[in-house]
Amino acid sequence: MASHAADTHADPHVVSTIQHHFESADQQKDASTIGMWVFLVTEVMFFGGMFLAYFVYRQAYPAAFASASNNTSLLIGAANTTVLICSSLTMALAVRSAAVGKKNLIVLFLILTLLLGGTFLGVKAYEYHDKWVRHEVPGHNFDCRDESGKACIDAGHTPLFFALYFGMTGLHATHMIVGVGIILFLISQARKGAYGPAWHTPVELFGLYWHFVDIVWIFLFPLLYLIDRSAVPK
Amino acid sequence: MITATPPVETKKNYLNQTEGLKSWLLTHDHKRIAILYLLGLIFFFAIGGVFAALIRLELATPAGDLVESNTYNKLFTMHGIIMVFLFLVPSIPAMLGNFLIPLMIGAKDVAFPRVNLLSWYIYVVGGLFVLVALLMGGVDTGWTFYTPFSSSYSNGYVVATGLGVLIGGFSSILTGLNFIVTIHRMRAPGLTWFRLPLFVWAHYATSMLQVLGTPVIAVTLFLLVLERGLHIGFFDPAYGGDPVLFQHMFWFYSHPAVYIMILPSMGVVTEIVTTFSWKKPFGYTFIAFSSIAIAVFGFIVWGHHLFVSGQSAYAGMVFSILSYVVAIPSAIKVFNWTATMYKGSVRATAPMLYALGFIGLFTIGGLTGLFLASLGMDVHLTDSYFVIAHFHYVMVGGAIMGFMGGIHLWWPKIFGRMYSEAWARVAAIIIFIGFNLTFFPQFILGYMGMPRRYHVYPPEFQVLNVLSSAGASILGLGYLIPVCYLVWSLKYGPVAPPNPWGATGLEWQTSSPPPTENFEVTPVVTQEAYTYTSEEVVHVG
Amino acid sequence: MGEKSFQLFPEAASSIAGQVDGLYAYLVLVSAFFSLLIAFLVVFFAIKYRRKNDEIPKPADEHSIGGMVLEIVWSIIPLGLSLIMFAWGASIFFTESRPPADAMEIFVVGKQWMWKVQHNEGAREINELHVPVNRNIRLTLTSEDVIHDFAVPAFRTKTDVLPGRYTTEWFRPTKVGAYHLFCMEYCGTKHSGMIGTVYVMNEADYNAWLGAGSGEGSMAEQGESLFNQLGCGTCHPSAMNKQNGRCPNLNGLFGTTVVLKDGSKVRADESYIRESVLYPQARIVAGYDDIMPTFKGLVTEDGLLKLVEYVKSLGPKNGTESSATAAPTQTSSSPQAPARPAGPARAGNQ
Repeated sequence: MASHAADTHADPHVVSTIQHHFESADQQKDASTIGMWVFLVTEVMFFGGMFLAYFVYRQAYPAAFASASNNTSLLIGAANTTVLICSSLTMALAVRSAAVGKKNLIVLFLILTLLLGGTFLGVKAYEYHDKWVRHEVPGHNFDCRDESGKACIDAGHTPLFFALYFGMTGLHATHMIVGVGIILFLISQARKGAYGPAWHTPVELFGLYWHFVDIVWIFLFPLLYLIDRSAVPK
Repeated sequence: MITATPPVETKKNYLNQTEGLKSWLLTHDHKRIAILYLLGLIFFFAIGGVFAALIRLELATPAGDLVESNTYNKLFTMHGIIMVFLFLVPSIPAMLGNFLIPLMIGAKDVAFPRVNLLSWYIYVVGGLFVLVALLMGGVDTGWTFYTPFSSSYSNGYVVATGLGVLIGGFSSILTGLNFIVTIHRMRAPGLTWFRLPLFVWAHYATSMLQVLGTPVIAVTLFLLVLERGLHIGFFDPAYGGDPVLFQHMFWFYSHPAVYIMILPSMGVVTEIVTTFSWKKPFGYTFIAFSSIAIAVFGFIVWGHHLFVSGQSAYAGMVFSILSYVVAIPSAIKVFNWTATMYKGSVRATAPMLYALGFIGLFTIGGLTGLFLASLGMDVHLTDSYFVIAHFHYVMVGGAIMGFMGGIHLWWPKIFGRMYSEAWARVAAIIIFIGFNLTFFPQFILGYMGMPRRYHVYPPEFQVLNVLSSAGASILGLGYLIPVCYLVWSLKYGPVAPPNPWGATGLEWQTSSPPPTENFEVTPVVTQEAYTYTSEEVVHVG
Repeated sequence: MGEKSFQLFPEAASSIAGQVDGLYAYLVLVSAFFSLLIAFLVVFFAIKYRRKNDEIPKPADEHSIGGMVLEIVWSIIPLGLSLIMFAWGASIFFTESRPPADAMEIFVVGKQWMWKVQHNEGAREINELHVPVNRNIRLTLTSEDVIHDFAVPAFRTKTDVLPGRYTTEWFRPTKVGAYHLFCMEYCGTKHSGMIGTVYVMNEADYNAWLGAGSGEGSMAEQGESLFNQLGCGTCHPSAMNKQNGRCPNLNGLFGTTVVLKDGSKVRADESYIRESVLYPQARIVAGYDDIMPTFKGLVTEDGLLKLVEYVKSLGPKNGTESSATAAPTQTSSSPQAPARPAGPARAGNQ
């Protein structure tokens, strides 16, 4: 597969390769960008299915959902949300660093994004473990109870909430894990000086992906943690 | 005036440029990837076809005397899953689309060649899951996987099969993604949107469907797999879930999926009809926009599969009227193809016979869809053989006839050889006759009330079933014939010129088979599509 | 039923069948017309405009036919014909979705792989349904396991039968005879064995058949005895007993609108009663606590239908509004429930 170097007068250390089937660097960048956006649209549809299931069941069994969602930890959820939003900030800064050609900063901000993303995942793992211990994982051992030990309202339908909780946050976490893997790759490339003002498309496009994952969480957080905090019937 | 000059036999093209298994399995060339897909498609079509044969054999008698019920249920399930997900959905886009779109737009390849190869591997992995599930014992839920039967009662390998379909879906998504970017960004200079061949428009619309619809079935199957594995009640009322929600989510993809299966075929038919009428298509703009309209409206009619499911009557009304709206663009295409032939210079070649067969059979299939879109009529006809006849008319009489026509039209381009025109016409006619004999009686059976997915049936339905089974044997024979003469042509067929049919389109401006980089020089487009001039006339052998 | 001879068209045995067949005729005519037209044109053009050997064709004229006008014409005409199909079908469907208020009720529970039919008066059948001719019949159906479908082609009607829910189907048989009953939603191994017969009988024969029934009492009576057996009466006041205030009063409840604890409203129909027995905490009535235990696992679908019929029998005397879709509201016996003779005189009142 033949490839050829593009004009990179801005930074002589960065050489971008144009793949053989593209006529110009512009065409390649446009194609990659459109491709990433189309991919994100498919992700919207993918998550959308579960959001649909959530809305349908929430509307059908409001008491169960209110009762079950009160068992999520508001503090942990809010903390994780903050962590993830910060990671979007560091990612945006990484992209900017690439645009202005500051190699060390690219690496720094990518590492920070990695750490923040890893923190999020770690906290999630803790939450999952906690739910397991408290018998809130749907299955044979399911036994949802509130703080006072009283059983959750409408126990026949509360497993649905938790099933959606695990399904939606699990899918989200999977996307983050993939993202973490890609960050590692980007870090290794950035350290070799692969990205600069003339070409930093992978960083930019990954930034889009990371922001998307963040946005999904910003929808998940209120739906799973914030709803009906005050509306549980006594 | 004959213009063709046979190319030099030993000239390098994409087939012989490099050799060895690795050069094929690690190729980035869209043309080789198309061939890889073709091999998979033939494989799965054969398996699905064998199951169809067994089904029709069993149904020749009212009693269940060939196989037992569980086996029969697995036969029709696997037939459906393999034919829909592993054959029809990928067939034209992943094979003909992959091969032709870059050529038709004057590009060297698709936008993301490595993603293209990945798509093929994902298809293979998905197919393997289904194959392994099949060998372990198969699944018996029907290709529609309705819950709670599939989630909590079936003894089949639902998880493995569901995962296989889920994985295969990603192949479809990536192909669609690739085509969208390719069509947007890789067109040759001068090739504006309204100079594109209608085959490309059809694939653009298909890609929209693939990209937007397939993720929904992926997540639906994902939830089904979770439910079955972990007994979570997404869709099973015993655990608090709603089985009708599954149906909504399933059909939200699976209805657009039928347009994924038919739109590319319609694109092929447009190419064939214009080529062999030697005339530009009547109503180019209407045909182009009708593809987009079908894609858009195709997303809002899924509820017509749920008319008797317990869905509200008002929802039924909305879905019914929208289902009529979506039929109109297809009708426009049929009229436009017919009008294209008017005062053209028509040649009844094998591809043209397939295209004409498509037009007739798709018309019948589409019209019978109108029966099902009518609420009061659907209550009687749904879940009966009428539905089976309807969708086989559009899927086999439509989509597969288009696929066969396309294979024949572009065979010289893809493999550099001409096939036997006489045998090809014979096969097309046998397929047409066999098809009608197989499926027309099923309309009558359906109105009579014969249910679908029935292993045994009341004796008064037997005569029509026997006719149908007889037709199936003719149809099966019809499909075997092309395998023979097409394979034969690879070695013994006359070498093909660049443009054996005198067609327009950039793919015909390069050699047959094309070189790896498609064009020696990037073409520049200066005229409208489908501009037929006298110099293009060529004889067909 | 015996061996039917070879036919090409099903018998029409219900009041709606004629309308469905009429719509079918229209659809067949339109389809035949367009199919034959297209087939003819395509073949005709292929022959008339065939390229003769060695001929050099001229490129066709730009405007050989008036393009835009034709496109519009052949969009509008199919659209018009389609809208007729829609409207006619929708009208039939509308009728099919609205069981008449005076319909006689029969209950069906489907399970792999049989149909259990229960008449209101108490008669029970398996895989058979006896109905009187020329009377409106409404079926309330549910499944014990997977989705089934209760289909009678001769009546041109069917409905899916769902687990966890009630669906409804109504028809008015017009011809005495025996007709196929099929399960028409794939349900597993013996899906094609889940068939039976619908016997339409004249009034006298039907009453005789009914009289020879199971002798267990009507659905409502059986429901009352189940109600007492399960101890519901210890909390719920029923037949005019004094309220103890802990549980909602079931007298006059059926068909009314209930206000829930969270302010929302729900209609007390069959589904509500069923859900309250199985998932009592899902919808708690305003002014009451969530003290009702669940009876999931303690009562079968047949039992639930009987309880529903019992509560229905306690409903308001003059009946209530009919619903748009599934849930019917009529009671077929008066509020003073206990011992009532099961018999033909009751059938068809109100």
